[in-house]
Order: sequence, then structure tokens, then C-alpha cells
Amino acid sequence: MIQAFIIQALMAGGVYALLAVGFSLIFGVARMINLAHTAFFMLAAYGMFYWSYQFGLGPIPSIILTIVVVTLVGVLSYRLFVNRVREHLVAVLLITIALAMVFQEFMLLAFGAHFRESPTLISGFWEIFGVRVTYQQLLSLGIVLIVLICVWALLSRTKLGIAIRATAQDAEIANLMGINVSTILLITMGVATALAAVAGIVVAPLWVVHPYMWMPPLVMIMAIVVLGGLGSIKGSFIGAFIIGLVETLVVFLVPAGAFLKLAFALLAMVIVLVVRPEGLYGVVFEEERL
Amino acid sequence: MLRRLLRDFQGDVLAIPGRFIAFIFFLLLFLVPLITQEPYTLRILIFSNIFVIFAVSWDFLSGYTGQVNFGHALFFGVAAYTAAMLNKYLGLQPWATIPIGALVAVLAGVLTCIPALRLRGPYLSLVTLAFPLILLGIIKAFPDVTGGEHGITGLTRLSDSRITDYYISVIVMTVSVFIMWKLTDARSGLVRTGIILHAIREDEIAARATGINTIRYKVLAFAVGGFFAGIAGAFYAHFMRIAGPSTLDLMLSFQAVIWSVFGGIVSIYGAVVGVYFLYPLLEILRVIPEFRFLILGAIVILILLFMPEGVAVWIRDKIERQCPRCKLANVALRRTCRACGASLY
Repeated sequence: MIQAFIIQALMAGGVYALLAVGFSLIFGVARMINLAHTAFFMLAAYGMFYWSYQFGLGPIPSIILTIVVVTLVGVLSYRLFVNRVREHLVAVLLITIALAMVFQEFMLLAFGAHFRESPTLISGFWEIFGVRVTYQQLLSLGIVLIVLICVWALLSRTKLGIAIRATAQDAEIANLMGINVSTILLITMGVATALAAVAGIVVAPLWVVHPYMWMPPLVMIMAIVVLGGLGSIKGSFIGAFIIGLVETLVVFLVPAGAFLKLAFALLAMVIVLVVRPEGLYGVVFEEERL
Repeated sequence: MLRRLLRDFQGDVLAIPGRFIAFIFFLLLFLVPLITQEPYTLRILIFSNIFVIFAVSWDFLSGYTGQVNFGHALFFGVAAYTAAMLNKYLGLQPWATIPIGALVAVLAGVLTCIPALRLRGPYLSLVTLAFPLILLGIIKAFPDVTGGEHGITGLTRLSDSRITDYYISVIVMTVSVFIMWKLTDARSGLVRTGIILHAIREDEIAARATGINTIRYKVLAFAVGGFFAGIAGAFYAHFMRIAGPSTLDLMLSFQAVIWSVFGGIVSIYGAVVGVYFLYPLLEILRVIPEFRFLILGAIVILILLFMPEGVAVWIRDKIERQCPRCKLANVALRRTCRACGASLY
């Protein structure tokens, strides 16, 4: 019971962390709320399903293909559609939700509204104190942690990471220091989409894959990034595991918990915002210059 | 009195093409049942009328005060469920349940202010987004009272015939839109709210420095926005004869934004144009159900890319030109201003 609970909470937290870190990166660097973020997660889950199940490729090539294709789609859609209206908050929100809708409809056309499941990468399970933990769950958890560590290393140890963080702190000064801001924006979009793609790949064999699967995690990661402080990577990482824990607790303990998990997560977000409007690790942005 | 009204009509409606078109449009809406009495057409138009109130109330709240509300469905759903419960459990009639539902929505709006007014920008959008979803979770967790997934069904009809329904909806819509348009009219001599809301949106600190209690006006905006969204929600519940979870859906909140921004934000009539264009279009697209939302999404993206200020505003700028000296709107064809004679070029 308790082991299953811990694995479940870690799994949910890990997937949310992948999504929320990407979402937070985009918000921090481009100051835009990307509502299409989880649509890329959905695309990646379908990509995994398609390449490995319908196309019959092995696990490694299908993972690589999925990440490359989804990242390309993400960067292209940013370049073609979002970039032009980046200044207007409402227009960005609208265009990203429209993009998400278009992706959803494409997947509906291509695969139908059936609930799909992608084959597991490795089979078998491990019994700890009478609880079955499949190897797939452990593998997914491992991938999530490795990718998150890679992102942390990228952001804190490389020149590119420093440029990304500088742009997030103050785009104009970063520009004056010789950083090509629009290229950094594109790269950030690519990194964030790739993170969403990894989340989708990890989830494809465990959750049910369907065209509407982007909606619930979207609301969850919004709660997470607000909880952690919009634009803060560390905050969204910690927030993701808190929300993952809350969600699993509610599902396990409260009657009718499956309906209430979203409500509890959002309630946590509202309470944090009322008590501490800048979130757990609030990032104070420079006021816009006039 | 009558002569003055006629003179105002000539000067303020006939001379400005945008308003003239709006006048003709509302006139036509009243005449629709003379042309067709097909229930399906009337049904689409009634839904459009309801959603016009909903979308315009979003524009009033979010467009004019700059507080992008992402959970506008909260007011819609709260009013729908209130009206449904009052009707189902207490047996109240629609003429009582709709206003009470709207007042409960006002209460919801004022309560939203408590966290919302401490926040701004994206934080505000995200926190408002949370409320309808929290309520949705609660509603689904107590299916005995709220009907759960199926909602509360079998409400009293609005009236016996669809044509009466239609006229009620047109009148309610016209009056609501007119009130909200008047409240936001920056040049109105009657109410000051218009110019104050504009001031808050442009620069809140400057507005506060001139002695405007901005908090009070933001609460007012939430209350008024909530009231009209509530009317739309309760009306919807009685017309559909069901109040279900779809009235609190995330998509409904987004749709209010889509309609308003499509037509043009901060303009009231933009939201009207958006609904009357997009809602029937979505219904017509039912002939090709697989491509319905694909086409809708594509249209929204294209419009935002090529007319980022919205369709209605784009058209207005094509057919009207503002006089640089007296700021009066003129037909785009004129070379000189109709009032002060200044050159328009």
C-alpha cells in the first residue's frame, strides 16, 4: 500500500516536473503562457504509440524520432504563429489554445477517439513487500530523474544555460551583452518542447493515450508553476512533487477523490497565492521599461 | 423630446457607419421570426444571444480593466446551478430564478476579488482559472444534490413557444449589451465608470494618483461582469432545461475569450460580432463533424495573425476615421470632419 503510494506520487510528481519545468522556462524567458505546452506532451505520447506500435520500430529509434519530430513541430509553431503576437498577453493565450485544439483535432482525425496504450518498453515487475512495481514504472522514473538532472546541468553549467537565464532575468540587458535574444527564445522553446516530449514518451506506456489527454495536466502544471513561483525552475520542480503528493494522497484517502484531486491541487494553489502571492520561490521580474 | 431624439439619432447613429450597421443588425434580429420560424435556426440564434451576453460580460470585466479572467465560466455555472436548484427543489419559476441566479453570480464575483485583487497579470489569470474547476470537482463529488455528471435535469421551460423564447432572449441580450456599452462609454455624460475603467487599464498607478479608488472599481467590474454572465448562465439552464458540468467547463471560459478577442477586445461590439460569427459557423460546420474544431482553430489563428486587433475593430478602422481635432468619428469616405471641418488626412 504505502510503497505503491510512494511510487505513484513520485511518478506523478516526476511527469509534472518535466512539464512544469518546460512551462516555467518558456514563461521565464519569453514571458508568455504557453497553453499548447501539454499538447506537445499529447503529440509525443501519440508519436511513441505510432512509431513503436503501428510502425513497429524498436524502442530507442522511436524515442529519438518522437523527440525530434515533436521538438521540430514545437519550434516551427512558435516561429510561425506565436512569435508574431508575442507582445499581447491575450493573443498569445488564444493562439496557443487554438494550436492545442488543432493538434487535438489532427490526432482525432489520424487515430480516432479510441483509448490507446503504447507497448511497454520492458516487461516484468519487482515485488517489494507484496506490492508489484513494474520495471516500466521504475524505468520511467529513472528517465525522468536523468532528464531533469540534464536540464539542471544545462541551465547552470553551460554557456547556453547562462544565456537562457540571463535572457529570463532581463531580455534587454542580455541583448546589450551580445546575446541573440530571438535565437535564445527559439532554443528555449525547443528545450521546453523536448521536455514535454520526454514526459509524453515516459507516460505513453503507463497512462491511456487519447486526444484529450492534454487538458488535465495543463491545469495541474499551471497550479504547480504558480505554487512554485512563475518562472522559477527550482520552484516548479519542488511544486511538481508537492502537487504530485497531494494528488496521490487525495486519490488514496478521500472518497470520490478522483473527482476532487484537481480541486485540491487548485485549492493549494489559491491558498499559496493568497498567503504568498509570489509563490514558494518567487521571481521578481524587472518592471517593464517605458 | 421626440425631435431631440431624432436629432441624436441622425447625428450619433446615421452618421457613424459602425453604429448604423449595429442599429440595422439589432433591428433585423427583432424581425427574424417574420422571415423564418424554423425551430433549429431560432435555437441557434437563441444560443447566440445567450453567449453574446456571456462574451460581452467577459469583455467588460477583462478587456476594460485589463484583468484577464480565465474562469469566466464560474459565473455562468454558478448561476445555472443556482437557478436549477431553486427551480427543482423549491419550485420557483424562471422569472425568479434567473435574477436570483445572477445575484449569486455577483456574490461569486465579489468573492473572487478577495484573492484576485491582490494579484495581477498572469497570476490573476491562473487563479481565476482555478475557481470553476474547484467548483466542478465539488459538484462531481456530491452527485446526490447536484446530479454529478448528468447535471440537474427537467427544469421549467422559459415559455411555451420557441418564438416567445426567442423574443425574450433578444430583448434581454439587447438590454444587457446596451447597459454594458453605456457603462464603458468613455465619453458618456451620464456615468463616469467608462472613463475610469479606461484609466485603470491604461495606467493603474496614475488613476490612483488622481484620487480614483481603483479597488472599488475593480470590484464593481467583477460584480457587473458576474451579474451579466450569471443572467446568461441561468437563462441557458432554463432554455436547455438542464444545468450540467459543461456550464463550468474550462472550454467555456476559453470560448468567452476566443469570441471576444476574435471580434476585438475592449470594444463590446467586438464580442457581439465574435459570437454571431463563430457560434453559427460552428453549428454550420456540423455537416463535416470531423473538421469542425480544426477549421475553427485555423480561423482563430489566421485572424489573430492578420488582424491582431480583432475583426470588428479592423472593419471599423476601414469604414470610420476619427477626426484628429475633435475626435469625432466620420465616414471614411469624407475628406473633412462633419463637425469641425478639419481635414481628415
